[in-house]
Amino acid sequence: MKMGKVTTLLAGLLATLGVATAASSAEITLLNVSYDPTRELYSDYNIAFAKYWQKKSGDRVTVKQSHGGAGKQARAVIDGLEADVVTLALAYDIDAIAEKGLIKPGWQKELPHNSSPYTSTIVFLVRKGNPKQVRNWDDLVKPGVSVITPNPKTSGGARWNYLAAWGFALHQKGGNEAKAREFVTKLFKNVPVLDSGARGSTNTFVQRGLGDVLLAWENEAFLAINELGPDKFEIVTPPESILAEPPVTVIDKVVDKRGTRKVAEEYLKYLYSDEGQKIAARHYYRPINAKIPTKLAKIKKFYTIDKDFGGWRSAQKIHFADGGVFDQIVGAGGRK
Amino acid sequence: MSSTTENHTARHNGIRTVGEPAIVRWLLTAVAMAFLALFLALPLAAVFSQAFEKGWQTYLAALKEPDTLAAVKLTLLTAAVAVPFNLAFGVVASWAIAKFSFPGKNLLITLIDLPFSVSPVISGLIYVLIFGRQGWLGPWLEAHDLKIIFAVPGIILATVFVTFPFIARELIPLMESQGKDEEEAAIVLGASGLQTFFRVTLPNIRWGIIYGVILCNARAMGEFGAVSVVSGHIRGMTNTVPLQVEILYNEYNYTAAFAVASLLALLALVTLVVKSVAEWNVRRQMKSQERG
Repeated sequence: MKMGKVTTLLAGLLATLGVATAASSAEITLLNVSYDPTRELYSDYNIAFAKYWQKKSGDRVTVKQSHGGAGKQARAVIDGLEADVVTLALAYDIDAIAEKGLIKPGWQKELPHNSSPYTSTIVFLVRKGNPKQVRNWDDLVKPGVSVITPNPKTSGGARWNYLAAWGFALHQKGGNEAKAREFVTKLFKNVPVLDSGARGSTNTFVQRGLGDVLLAWENEAFLAINELGPDKFEIVTPPESILAEPPVTVIDKVVDKRGTRKVAEEYLKYLYSDEGQKIAARHYYRPINAKIPTKLAKIKKFYTIDKDFGGWRSAQKIHFADGGVFDQIVGAGGRK
Repeated sequence: MSSTTENHTARHNGIRTVGEPAIVRWLLTAVAMAFLALFLALPLAAVFSQAFEKGWQTYLAALKEPDTLAAVKLTLLTAAVAVPFNLAFGVVASWAIAKFSFPGKNLLITLIDLPFSVSPVISGLIYVLIFGRQGWLGPWLEAHDLKIIFAVPGIILATVFVTFPFIARELIPLMESQGKDEEEAAIVLGASGLQTFFRVTLPNIRWGIIYGVILCNARAMGEFGAVSVVSGHIRGMTNTVPLQVEILYNEYNYTAAFAVASLLALLALVTLVVKSVAEWNVRRQMKSQERG
């Protein structure tokens, strides 16, 4: 029992520190734990929501943000990062949180459209004038084309890149799993570096000047162009790509404990309002409400994770788990 | 320059030289300077030139941004806790190690060095494993509504761990070189233990302490890996200055990133100056101890 006493004492000591920092604010604060590319979207949206909520309820709400690779962020929430809501890159990461009992099962049915208020897709960012004439996915496997993508093991965006390429090969005439695997293997032979996250890859492509094509989230590609110069890069929207549905949910255990359920749920619902959809469109996400205008190029055919890959759980297990197809491809000389 | 004059000066200084031709020595110095310029001066200049690229106004605006200010405050708080803690520990531990012999002394020295040999990421992860929701103390902490990791206490803990050896490691050799003659003399002359410590030991090690504190502080403020693991990256709450630099850089906000980074560069420069002064004094002290 002595050991128990010591731990209690130790924890108590540390706790005094914790309490002193936690109890200072009187207004409502929410923590939204998100993935990398949504920084600009949510810093705009949080202001809009605060205005809306103050008008509606009179309460002042401040939404704090935390951003990082989606897998890492999910892990942090599992380990105790007190997120009221998570807005991550893929349902799989939220499933991982749900598995630990922090979110009720069936969370993805709580909000419309698979709990994804906006969608996105994977496009190509190329250097101005498109010197390598990259138009479609099959241009990426041509010899001499250098492709930049983050590592699918650590980056949610990179998994979409990988699956989009796989889906493309699958949907070609006479396409099958073996052909898709061959296609993706060839593609990864053209990848000189694998960064761990989407922003890292963008910096590699933009700042360090490596590669001919960056496979990127559509909104990331636009952001890079706006921030770093439309005179240096251009976006190529391929005729076909994958439909990415980044889902959102409240963390039941946290909102019930903190008493923030009502405002947290409203925070997510407001994403579906005209105002929320407009903000998403402004940041180059594809709004799910067809009435909201968007400047994004039409994509003729979308592959989806559910139809083409049997859902995230299966895709994760087959492609990205240790010893999965991606490991085999890279092991087989996909990358030096 | 002829080699005779060089031999002469060498003999004059009482140092034996292996008569390298002047050109070789000149070349070696030039190579060293070139490396210094390439790896130290150039990056330093780059930081400041990038930071001031858009002028003073932008520089100041970047530093006044609320999230950045919060990061500076958090960094200062972290150092303000970690440094005194490690100072107290360092003095006590090195005193025990240098002046007494006891079983397990070597083990203690090894343990003090541990944070040097462990990757900072691992240092952060051990706290996640202890205090995280899935960790040993997780359920207890949750039941009592206490937050350690992904909050300020976790950041302080990780920093304390990483900066643990700095002061002790500096004081142990200094105290060992001083031996315990002076303390024994003081005791024989009737001084109490505390008097001996404050009047004899402490004045002897003061430059060593300053040296250790400044290094410890620099690391506490600059630590990235361990803090990144336990931070949770909540803006305006749990980001320290180094984490804030990364965030700004990743937001394509290069000017602001370098402006904040310039704070750390300034800290490094100040550290360097104080360190050189302290180092010089420590060496002088050690030499005078050896002589007599």
